Amino acid sequence: MRAKLSSEVRLEGVGKRYGALWAVQGVSLDILPGEFFTLLGPSGCGKTTLLRMIAGFALPDAGRIVVDGQPIDHIPPWQRDVGLVFQHGALWPHLSVKDNVAFGLRERKLPREEIASRVAAALSQVGLEGLEARRPSQLSGGQQQRVALARTLAVQPRLLLLDEPLSSLDAPLRAQMRLELARLQRDLAITTIYVTHDQAEALALSNRVAVLQAGSVIQEGTPEELYRRPRSRFVAEFVGAANLVPAEIVELRETGLLVEFGAGIRLPVPGDPARWRLGSRTLLCLRPEALRLEEAAIGRGMGFVGTVASRVFEGDRHLYELRIGEGTLLRVEMPALGEGRIFRLGDRVRVELNPESAVLLPPE
Amino acid sequence: MNRVLVRRPRFWDPEGILLLALLLLLAAGVLYPLLQVLHVAVASEGGGLTFRHLGAFFQRPLFLESLVHTLATGVLAVLFGSLVGVPLAVLTVRYRFRGRTTLQTLALLPLVIPPFVGAVAFQQILGRSGVMNLLLLRTFGTTLPLMEGLTGVVLVQTLHYFPFIMLNTAAALAGLDRSLEEAAQNLGCSGFRLFRRVLLPLALPGYAAGALVTFIRVIDDLGTPLMLNYTTLLAPQAYLRVTTMGLTDVDGYVICVMLVALSLAALAGTKAALGRWEYAVLPRSGEAEPRALHGARAVGAWVVAAALLVPALLPHVGILVLSVSKVWSLSLLPTVYTPGNYEEVLFRTPGFIWNTLRYASLAALVDVALGALIAWLLLRGRVRGRAWLDTIATMPLAIPGVVLAVGYLRVFHGWNFPGLGAPLTATWLILVLAYSMRRLPYTVRAAYASLQQLPVALEEAAQNLGANRLKTFARVTGPLMARGLLAGGLLAFITSAVELSSTILLVPRMELGPLSYGIYVYMQSAVGRGPGAALGVIAIVLVGCGTWLAHRLAARGTGLLFRL
Ligand SMILES: Nc1ncnc2c1ncn2[C@@H]1O[C@H](COP(=O)(O)OP(=O)(O)OP(=O)(O)O)[C@@H](O)[C@H]1O
Ligand SMILES: [Mg+2]
Repeated sequence: MRAKLSSEVRLEGVGKRYGALWAVQGVSLDILPGEFFTLLGPSGCGKTTLLRMIAGFALPDAGRIVVDGQPIDHIPPWQRDVGLVFQHGALWPHLSVKDNVAFGLRERKLPREEIASRVAAALSQVGLEGLEARRPSQLSGGQQQRVALARTLAVQPRLLLLDEPLSSLDAPLRAQMRLELARLQRDLAITTIYVTHDQAEALALSNRVAVLQAGSVIQEGTPEELYRRPRSRFVAEFVGAANLVPAEIVELRETGLLVEFGAGIRLPVPGDPARWRLGSRTLLCLRPEALRLEEAAIGRGMGFVGTVASRVFEGDRHLYELRIGEGTLLRVEMPALGEGRIFRLGDRVRVELNPESAVLLPPE
Repeated sequence: MNRVLVRRPRFWDPEGILLLALLLLLAAGVLYPLLQVLHVAVASEGGGLTFRHLGAFFQRPLFLESLVHTLATGVLAVLFGSLVGVPLAVLTVRYRFRGRTTLQTLALLPLVIPPFVGAVAFQQILGRSGVMNLLLLRTFGTTLPLMEGLTGVVLVQTLHYFPFIMLNTAAALAGLDRSLEEAAQNLGCSGFRLFRRVLLPLALPGYAAGALVTFIRVIDDLGTPLMLNYTTLLAPQAYLRVTTMGLTDVDGYVICVMLVALSLAALAGTKAALGRWEYAVLPRSGEAEPRALHGARAVGAWVVAAALLVPALLPHVGILVLSVSKVWSLSLLPTVYTPGNYEEVLFRTPGFIWNTLRYASLAALVDVALGALIAWLLLRGRVRGRAWLDTIATMPLAIPGVVLAVGYLRVFHGWNFPGLGAPLTATWLILVLAYSMRRLPYTVRAAYASLQQLPVALEEAAQNLGANRLKTFARVTGPLMARGLLAGGLLAFITSAVELSSTILLVPRMELGPLSYGIYVYMQSAVGRGPGAALGVIAIVLVGCGTWLAHRLAARGTGLLFRL
């Protein structure tokens, strides 16, 4: 068996144009060996197009792609040794599960015994022993996805590209496959580029995430960075739930800023005073689960007061909407378990928060 | 007005009556004649069952030889047709180069020339004293007997029928999901291996459908062997038996049974194979983009295409030249040209053309009406027994024209049809009946396909607004199916217009004969070849226009039209 080091990928200002539309534009990324890297973005933002360029099915109209220090744009797809798992599996209906998985190994002209053993190994990696003789049409959606994965893993590519491999599965199966994927990737230590529009998937699986919007990367970082320190409204809203409250800078301090929002509520938030001007407008991003509700009378520490406008019970938590001043509603998540009391419509409550969790964003 | 409860229809409700009427009509037009043929072949003198006649078939060397040769023509035409059709399909679907659309159109042209007309033209060009052999004789002192015997029949049929293989293969290739191919490339597979391991197996069902049509049509083809004067085949044998020995000769019927058995066996074999191969895959990531070829590669593509296509386009040129020639014999090109042939067929014997227009359009009209009704019953009806309709209406596909004609002669010959004062076979109505029954599957299929694509909700909306089922059909369903129906009707029209295998037996009198019959009669004599060719050109124009229109109407479903 070939021992292969996992690869390093560099995208240098890559762009792809369809007609007048740049489906992908100016994408520069460095993906490290063994890393699990996710491209996250809404439908149509160019994720598939990017993967197809790396796999060689589309040629970049701008920039270049470098794998292990070598530009690969002139290499045809079949010589790239870059494993792509397709958005809908793309299993060949005329071949059995076994023949599907063996396909790439036969292309590589491996001896018969090695093909057999690697097919068996790949199928057991994805937990599909015993289904070798079936046709793809005789498998469930989840099993088909796993065969597609096994087919790519069997050839031990230097790079694994996954195009929304879990999108056609139902929620419980998706959660299970997500765990299996994470385990597999850790065990194989293979550089992986994962495409998804599901932020929970991206956060759970990745070492690093790049958020794409309309063909461009607008922010890149570890899941924690993206979640804690979004740099734009788009990222804040796309990654996790967010309250985005229009606010105004009312004071520049030594280590942070003081903002005012709602009906005259003032809050100190972290931020670089050099980047903001006094009186400028801003968006205050508050995560619903970073807020706590207390009875208005009790409150201590940082916080402000509001009125309960609605409450939804979601099993593990209560979802409140609070009115704070004219037309400003705040979403607050409170765990349903434990001692905390339940508030009713119209109750005056006090919102407590750790100011460190608040983020200031440019207004649009 | 409450239609929420599904009524189980009684058989005397309008739908049941409609079904019964259709079944009776089809039984009289298809099933009964066929059963009559079978009956004669297996009935003993006393009226009991006997296999003596069928057994005797295998004792006669001439019949056995005909059977083997018939099989051989079918298999060889499919084989050679694949050698021409499959590369052309790959070329036109998988590659993009200057003139690709032209190439696609050119590849359809063989279909517009009726095979028996093509046969004459091939004689003129490749025959014993044709252009090619004259050239060979002059330069090398030798000749190539391309048009002799079985070789000639297979050559003509291959070059006429290969588009069926090409079109069906092309449709299958074009419909493949792009990611299936890319997955293979991603795993290191490319070029010819990619074609063999992934594309070919996936296109196999489409190819098989094309091969089946070709096979069935080839063994059904009576005109080509008759024109080439090669009669050791089942269809001509049946024809000769019936015309020389009369309708009482059992052997004619036995041969017919053999022909039907061959067709049905091919049909069943393909169906079984397709059952294993047909994978219901919908393209989900779009269809593959054709590879662009430029410069030398584009020229290469044209060279390959020309090598494959030019032989098949020879007869078009040949028949055109023949139609304006007065004397063209033992010379490279005609020695005397004349417009007289067209004068002859347009003004002195206009009956052939006029008859064809009349018969074929009547048959097409009948088919459109029946096809719409049958498709509607099959897809939207509720009455039980509808499946029979489907079975009987598709049967004509596997019944050779000679067999149907023999059945008609047997059934309708002896007695005066009520209201006509003469047997049906003594009037031109028999031709309309034969055409409409033979081509009914085309309109049923077209209607079925277009109705299937119509959301039921469109009809439900009409009913919800108060239209009953008849009104709904007339005002919503019918108009929405019109395109598909018209395409099917055109196809029925053009194929009826050049039908020869049942026509030749059923034409009651010379002056009632249609175009195809006229061509056949003219071609029997040396002086008639010019006018015959002129009629042939008219047939080509007719079929060409019809095909073009049907194409336009059927939008994407061209492959479908030329399936069985
Ligand atoms: N072959 C093509 N021709 C023209 N436009 C295309 C083509 N392929 C993609 N596009 C366009 O490029 C953009 C990006 O497409 P892409 O398939 O990469 O999106 P995606 O992020 O993968 O979306 P999804 O999550 O829905 O799969 C879209 O606007 C799409 O319409
Ligand atoms: Mg996509």
